[in-house]
Amino acid sequence: MANATLAAQATGRPARAGLPSVYWLLLLPPIILIVFFYLVPLAQILTISFTEFDADAATAPLGNYSMLFVDEGIQRMLLRTAWVCVITTFLTVVLGYIVAYAMVNVGPRQRTLLMFGVLLTFWLSVLIRAFAWIILLRNRGIGYEAVDLFYQPLRDLGLVEGRLRLVRSETGVIIGMVHFMLPYAILPLFANMQGIDQRVLLAARGLGATASGTFWRVWVPLSFPGLIGALILVFVFSLGFFVTPALLGGGKVVMIAEYIWFSMEQTLRWGLATMLATTILVATLTLIVIMSRVVDLRTMYGAK
Amino acid sequence: MERRSWHFYIMLGLAWTVVAFLVLPLLVVVPVSFTDQRFLSFPQETISFKHYANLVADPFWRNSILRSLFVSTVSATFSTILGTMCAIGCWRLANQYAEWVRLLMLTPIIVPSVVHALAFYRTWIDLGLIDTYAGVILSHTIIGLPYVVITVSASLANIDLRLEQAARSLGADMSKTVRWVLVPLVMPGILSGAIFAFIISWDEIVVLLFITSRNIYLLPKAIWDGINENVDPTVAAVASLLIGVTLVILLVQMSWRGLRGAKR
Repeated sequence: MANATLAAQATGRPARAGLPSVYWLLLLPPIILIVFFYLVPLAQILTISFTEFDADAATAPLGNYSMLFVDEGIQRMLLRTAWVCVITTFLTVVLGYIVAYAMVNVGPRQRTLLMFGVLLTFWLSVLIRAFAWIILLRNRGIGYEAVDLFYQPLRDLGLVEGRLRLVRSETGVIIGMVHFMLPYAILPLFANMQGIDQRVLLAARGLGATASGTFWRVWVPLSFPGLIGALILVFVFSLGFFVTPALLGGGKVVMIAEYIWFSMEQTLRWGLATMLATTILVATLTLIVIMSRVVDLRTMYGAK
Repeated sequence: MERRSWHFYIMLGLAWTVVAFLVLPLLVVVPVSFTDQRFLSFPQETISFKHYANLVADPFWRNSILRSLFVSTVSATFSTILGTMCAIGCWRLANQYAEWVRLLMLTPIIVPSVVHALAFYRTWIDLGLIDTYAGVILSHTIIGLPYVVITVSASLANIDLRLEQAARSLGADMSKTVRWVLVPLVMPGILSGAIFAFIISWDEIVVLLFITSRNIYLLPKAIWDGINENVDPTVAAVASLLIGVTLVILLVQMSWRGLRGAKR
């Protein structure tokens, strides 16, 4: 059925009877809405980043963008953002891969249970999730005390110094972000792995490969498109993530999204805010284009 | 079926640990919501429901919940109508342009929320929409739109084009075909799109932080401020309620899907 539809799409619908152009009328209102109230405002932000200058950026050769190269505060913030996003993405995809792998390979009852846990978190408000982590990780919270049990001996041995900090620290932000991003890694990985033909694995075993050999040399390469897709998806979402870093970072771990908000809300620096927004938008779109070369994006939004 | 190696059981154990990491931390808000104290803590002497009562009794919480319900319902309705129109139009046209339109409709998912929040802010200043219901509903309609387009497109992918042609050849005009044939056929997709759009609007905070202040004070903003002040246990009561609602919706949805799966 799906193949038939695709074939029809590829060859052009056989019977174009009636007036398909009438269907453009259906498209008109949503297109007008998106173009005039979404794309035009975005374009305006892009324009402002080149035309409204911040402080002494007007005379710099690259205008507002010169701040990316000379302002140490901004560079530190960008490095911190990149670092937190890389760690988050790595942890999320490794852990997500394990869950997806288990979900594909267990019986239906266990799969439903695992899926239930994933979907419950997926659907729950991001604010509520950040709130739960704050209660757990704040000083004298039960999560904090639990981690401190392991931290104390390390401190006694002199391996680490100072008090354990979970909230208002990179550790807390990363924990919260991994928690938020995991469903975004698990769901596409699971969809991809379900498409892997299990008979190929049996064939590999039949031809004498060991269990781990089959996993590393057959399963992992077959799941590669899903893996790349999940990596880029999680990284892209992490880059522009606002809520969890802002709440768990508590102003101590300011990443690019919160920085944009600050430069708007507190200092009204339009030049800086729009420049950073443009930067993050360009980075996001570039990554999405790369991703679309590796995985068919349409499979990710279910049009196929 | 061959026997599983011990590697597999280690993987399985790790997978369950990760899922526990996903679910268990959420539960901490439940005992906190029953605290008898006036700050965020576990119940000290007795279990109290006063923070739940607060949600209804305190005008601050009650109004923000009601306002949020209003905004999300209206935005989700607009998103659903426009998104369904778009999905049906693209499906019927089925050409290169339709692909482009679909991609265009997806941009609000791809663009980082802080970027479009900034864009809305700038444009809404010019249009005088800052801190108005119209401004919030307009922006929420737009960011909910892609989800409806996705779910309805997915439903349409399973529909035989000839049904539409049959309706047309039997004399129905376009609006009748859409209303009496296509919309009923893709109703499940429309409904899940509507729920999606509602939840997106209900949870949305980033755009709210940019385009609203005192006047339009919605629930996410109340929760946001509550978390930053870090004292009021009412936030825990809201959180527990939302976890409960999510749990129920998910159970209903999964068992419904299970039933449908069994029928096939």
